[in-house]
Amino acid sequence: MIMDGLLLDIGLRHFLSVSLIVFVLGLYCVLTRKNAIGILLGVELILNSANINYIAFSYFSSGNYDGQVFAIFVIMLAAAEAVIGLAIVLGIYQNFSSIDIEAVDSLQG
Amino acid sequence: MDHPLLVSSLRWIVLFPLLGAVINGILGAKIQERFGKNGISVVACTAVGLAFIFALRAFFQLTSLVPEERYLLDTLLRWIHIGALQVDIAFAVDPLSGLMILIVTGIGGLIHLYSIGYMHDDEAYWRFFAYLNLFTAAMLTLVLADNLVLMFVGWEGVGLCSYGLIGFWYKEHANTTAGNKAFIVNRIGDAGFTLGIFIIFWSLFEAGHGTTAVFRDLGPLIHHLEGQMVWGVPAATLAALCLFVGATGKSAQIPLYVWLPDAMAGPTPVSALIHAATMVTAGVYMMARMHFLFSLSPVALGVVATVGALTALVAATIGLAQFDIKKVLAYSTVSQLGYMVLGVGVGAYGAAVFHLMTHAFFKACLFLGSGSVIHAMGDEQDMRKMGGLREKMPLTFWTFLISTIAIAGIPPLAGFFSKDEILWLTFSGGHPLLWLIGFAAAGMTAFYMFRQVFMVFFGENRADEHTKEHLHESPPVMTYPLIVLAVGAVFAGFLGVPPALGGSNILEHWLEPVFAGGHGGGHAAHHHVEVIEYVLMVASVGIAAVGIFLAYLIYYRQSVSAGTFTAVGGGVPYRAVFNKYYVDELYHATAVRGTLAVSWLCSVFDRNVIDFIVNNVAKATGAVGWAVGRFDHYIIDGLVNGLADVIFGIGNRLRQIQTGNLSIYLYVIVGAIAVSQFLPRVGADILVPVVIAFLSLVIVVGIALWLSTRRIQWRLMFTKEGVSELR
Repeated sequence: MIMDGLLLDIGLRHFLSVSLIVFVLGLYCVLTRKNAIGILLGVELILNSANINYIAFSYFSSGNYDGQVFAIFVIMLAAAEAVIGLAIVLGIYQNFSSIDIEAVDSLQG
Repeated sequence: MDHPLLVSSLRWIVLFPLLGAVINGILGAKIQERFGKNGISVVACTAVGLAFIFALRAFFQLTSLVPEERYLLDTLLRWIHIGALQVDIAFAVDPLSGLMILIVTGIGGLIHLYSIGYMHDDEAYWRFFAYLNLFTAAMLTLVLADNLVLMFVGWEGVGLCSYGLIGFWYKEHANTTAGNKAFIVNRIGDAGFTLGIFIIFWSLFEAGHGTTAVFRDLGPLIHHLEGQMVWGVPAATLAALCLFVGATGKSAQIPLYVWLPDAMAGPTPVSALIHAATMVTAGVYMMARMHFLFSLSPVALGVVATVGALTALVAATIGLAQFDIKKVLAYSTVSQLGYMVLGVGVGAYGAAVFHLMTHAFFKACLFLGSGSVIHAMGDEQDMRKMGGLREKMPLTFWTFLISTIAIAGIPPLAGFFSKDEILWLTFSGGHPLLWLIGFAAAGMTAFYMFRQVFMVFFGENRADEHTKEHLHESPPVMTYPLIVLAVGAVFAGFLGVPPALGGSNILEHWLEPVFAGGHGGGHAAHHHVEVIEYVLMVASVGIAAVGIFLAYLIYYRQSVSAGTFTAVGGGVPYRAVFNKYYVDELYHATAVRGTLAVSWLCSVFDRNVIDFIVNNVAKATGAVGWAVGRFDHYIIDGLVNGLADVIFGIGNRLRQIQTGNLSIYLYVIVGAIAVSQFLPRVGADILVPVVIAFLSLVIVVGIALWLSTRRIQWRLMFTKEGVSELR
């Protein structure tokens, strides 16, 4: 079983590494993007890295499907979040004629 | 007489006139508007009439008792009870005050009636009667008071009413001035009176046998004053002299008599009631009341007698040369009061009260008669413009003549008996010089009174045509009181016919319970008749006849010119008498000017010293206030504002952390999470100091940053400009 062999070679550590890479990429995207939609994309990346963690831990520990269920919840939550986020972005655009978050600093103290 | 008869009706004698005064005083203007002037006079006369009825009742209650027990008491209120001082508002009637209330309410009532006619055309009718009733109430309080303090209340009350009535026609400045003069001069006397009360009270207390202000209890206690000294003077003498000062004020004796002639500015019924019949006799009454005190001090009695005799003479001489019909009567009153005081001074208290009573009748009659004349003459008071009024005013003339004969001392009219009793007791009491003075004054009295009669009622009428046409007899409401008073002037004397003339001196016996035990009280007892008494009697009738005859020659027959007398001694004596011995001028130059000078000095002192101090205190306070204000402004406000600015600056710095930039927030969050990963590995003992040090560093760096960016110097925080710049 090639597949088995492969799977045996690929352990929890690999999954966490991928997850970490995706998380850091998402974080980098959130921190550096000026575009609001870009930030939302970064947030999606972070959420997905969390999903990978959930499934990986689930697979390698208890053997039941708690992690998978959580991941589905998170995907659903991400969809809802995207809706609200995009609505906010739309609102920002209507008020500021821009979705550059550098321009949106009305809360400055 | 340890148990006085308690009679609760005595209070009404005082309260009725008081009630009348209150009604007329408060509602008078409305009553006069609605019911006319009759409403006023009905209230006033009823009040006095009721008082008279109650006075009569008290009098008859008195006569129903045996002489030793003749004492009625009515305690109305407890008044002042402090320590040894026990003073009640209590009214007492003994033979002396019984007589006085009859005089006050009787003659007062007649004068009330007379005033109805005399004041009929006056607008302030109600005010007049309110005052008159108030006066009656005050006078009755004075007379009925059973203690010195309440007597003083009445004493002040009559003074106040006298002041109000002298200045009754207050639109004339001279009248108000006369009122002021009377009031101020009386004030001097009143000061003496109060001092006298205090000395009696205090010295008795010091003597250690108890003290009191009640007359009845003072009598038995007063001998404890003997041996007491106040400021090196025997207490009895000092107290008696102080009381006498009060009497000289109220009873117009030298040196305080000057107010009485000026008091004639008031309406004539007032002159009759207050300044002839009642109030001015208050001093005599008071001394008679306090006879036990005066009898303790021969020195005081000597002073009293001398002053009385001199007053009788001096006033009589002034009366010789006056032309104002009321001024003559005023000086005559002063002179007659001098006789009464002389009577007190020689210990003849009964005789003094006797003369007080007869004088009340004939002098009230004379004043009311003169009022009738003035009324008919259209307010003319100068006798030189009168004359021949006999036919026009027969009733006034006859009553005036009767009273004149009475005052001149022609028997058997009232004045003869009373005046002669005083003169005889003066002589027999061992004061021949004082007798001589009184004797001379008696002659002058006869002269100036008949001079007045001849000038007013006989000869040609010297008035102008207009006045002549209006001459008329006064209405009955004015003449009837005259008739009653004239009858009194004829018959009052028979109450005191001396044993020498076959009488029994009823009045003397009546008053005996009051004056018994006094120094002069015994004189009623010695009934043996001396030849010299008849000689003196004839002499005084003789000198009166001489006076009358002289007046007849000069002013009726005009066979002797008045100039022969006025020219005596180059006219100097005449001018002195005519100008009243310049006493008013003397008082003006000394007392009045002196007072004004003192008040001027006080005002200078006030303006230059007091004001200086006050102003500088104000300035100093202002300076201190300014300094405090500066301190407050720069130091306190500077600190407060500075602190506020420091806080503001820090806040302003920290505010800038809130950039509103999402990226920065995210960096901070991520950084904080990263740092927090390391913190749990550090112990709390290191963490807390590190956090505190970090926050302190933040604050210090914040302040430093703020100061440097604003380029603020510390001193700027403590100046106004700096503070405003900070803002």
